[in-house]
Amino acid sequence: MPGLEDLYREIILDHYRTPRNRGELPVPPARHAEGHNPLCGDEITVYLDVDGDGDDAIVSDVKVSGQGCSISQSSASMMSAAVKGKSVGEVRGLVRRFKSMMSIDTDGAEQADADISLGDLEALQGVVKFPVRIKCATLAWNTLTEALASSDPD
Amino acid sequence: MSGTNTTTSSTDWAAIRADFPILRREIDGAPIVYLDSGNTSQKPRQVIEAMDDFLRTGYAPINRSAYRLAGWATDRYEGARAAVARLINAPSADEIVFTKNATESMNLIASSWGGANLREGDAVVLTHMEHHANIVPWQMLAERQGIELRWVPLTEDGQLDLADLDQLLDGAKAFSFTAMSNVLGTITPVAELCRRAHDAGALAIVDACQYVPHNVTDVQVWDADLVAFSSHKMVGPSGIGCLWGRMELLDAMPPFIGGGNMIADVRLDGFTTAPVPAKFEAGTPPIVEAIGLGAAVEYLEGIGMAEIRRHEMDLTRYALDTLTERYGDDIRIHGPDNVEVRGGVLSFEFRDIHPHDVSQVLDERNVCVRAGHHCAKPLMRLLGVNATARASLYLYNDRSDVDALADALDGATDIFGL
Ligand SMILES: Cc1ncc(COP(=O)(O)O)c(C=O)c1O
Repeated sequence: MPGLEDLYREIILDHYRTPRNRGELPVPPARHAEGHNPLCGDEITVYLDVDGDGDDAIVSDVKVSGQGCSISQSSASMMSAAVKGKSVGEVRGLVRRFKSMMSIDTDGAEQADADISLGDLEALQGVVKFPVRIKCATLAWNTLTEALASSDPD
Repeated sequence: MSGTNTTTSSTDWAAIRADFPILRREIDGAPIVYLDSGNTSQKPRQVIEAMDDFLRTGYAPINRSAYRLAGWATDRYEGARAAVARLINAPSADEIVFTKNATESMNLIASSWGGANLREGDAVVLTHMEHHANIVPWQMLAERQGIELRWVPLTEDGQLDLADLDQLLDGAKAFSFTAMSNVLGTITPVAELCRRAHDAGALAIVDACQYVPHNVTDVQVWDADLVAFSSHKMVGPSGIGCLWGRMELLDAMPPFIGGGNMIADVRLDGFTTAPVPAKFEAGTPPIVEAIGLGAAVEYLEGIGMAEIRRHEMDLTRYALDTLTERYGDDIRIHGPDNVEVRGGVLSFEFRDIHPHDVSQVLDERNVCVRAGHHCAKPLMRLLGVNATARASLYLYNDRSDVDALADALDGATDIFGL
């Protein structure tokens, strides 16, 4: 078995202990979505303030609430830090890039998004060696995608 | 009846452990510490060999063909039914219905009995410690037929709070409750609950999924009406479960799934059903699994259910004491402390470390526990948690497994440095 140090990298534990962008945003105007990991009961809600329309709209604020394990919480925290201030188009690219790092097939995302920088998120690479935890790492990202899609802010 | 043997322990528990081949398997050079039997149990070689032997030498259709091989296979299948009846002291083997698992048994009850007997506004009483298998089928029925669900609350230490039971049961048509909680380990006073249900004119339905594998079960002493459990939690194979019910009740219930084997006759304008239990066993049943379940029952009977219960009470006491002595306030174990009213299921919180992370760290020492909501989300909400880690014990566990758990928990502190 790969060592636990591959999974619990210091930066992950840091985001777990001091999560960024915790909280809620008033809905509306914010969009939001709830995600559940049926395996372990983790729950997460992602709130987004999106200014503008289409792919050029800017994610001007993001907040995350909920409870979960170190992997799902740190992934959510890093996700929130990574998407804040980005355009919706950039955020979608980041989601694809992150999922392909998690070995989730995203239809040829590999080439198109290869140059998108993951920054701190690279630390979650070790999760791939613990396949049961991939769902924890991707929970916030799937919820983010749903929040983006819920253009109907209610 | 099995399991009533009360002579002092002469059981060679090390030999029993050695019957389970998987417990000899090593991962990364160290043995498996299997503490997830509340989820599903491991299988002894006697069960594995019975299924293997049947597949090699005895496999044939049951109830359908006239040649000898098919007759023998049918006898073996019916033998398994008789073994299950003996294990729970059912008055007749024909009252044992084979299903896919306890979940299907509960769905059968809600759909068939509930569908035929409950009308809008009728009440069914459940408890706050039920598994989803004893919640969702009733909620589905509530959506279809507008029945009312009432909930028995819990006491501070995780037992049923029966103070208002008579009020809850007043006018109710059924009381469906667990005999042992898969989260808290709590063993409920089943016979008393059946009596109270009957006093109120309600049917007594027991989810005995966690109880039957670990205790002497006597459905007649309970005076229950319908009882559900699963093979895979009692050293038998997955893919087969059981429903026991009083014959006149089963006889009056409409069929659940339609098809072959469950009919007496089919014409273009309708069908008539076969007698119980065939009425509830549509299609080709889990034949090999039934043979395995029969072998599992014989294996448990060979040891004695009372003996197994004693072993687990000892081990549960040891586990409660070891973990609290070692970790004090850093560990919070849910459920009653008195092992007379609890089985070997220990759900715990450890130093604010998320159960999923606890389980991950334990896995590095090959310690297998469950982390999650245990299919009991209403109970988790009541406990104020999203998830717990759960270690659950069975006949093949010994003190070394508990020690391994306690040692491995230290690793969680190292990583999370709390
Ligand atoms: C108390 C209880 N009831 C019902 C079930 C459902 O059993 P199965 O999954 O075998 O259908 C379980 C299994 O976890 C259980 O613990």
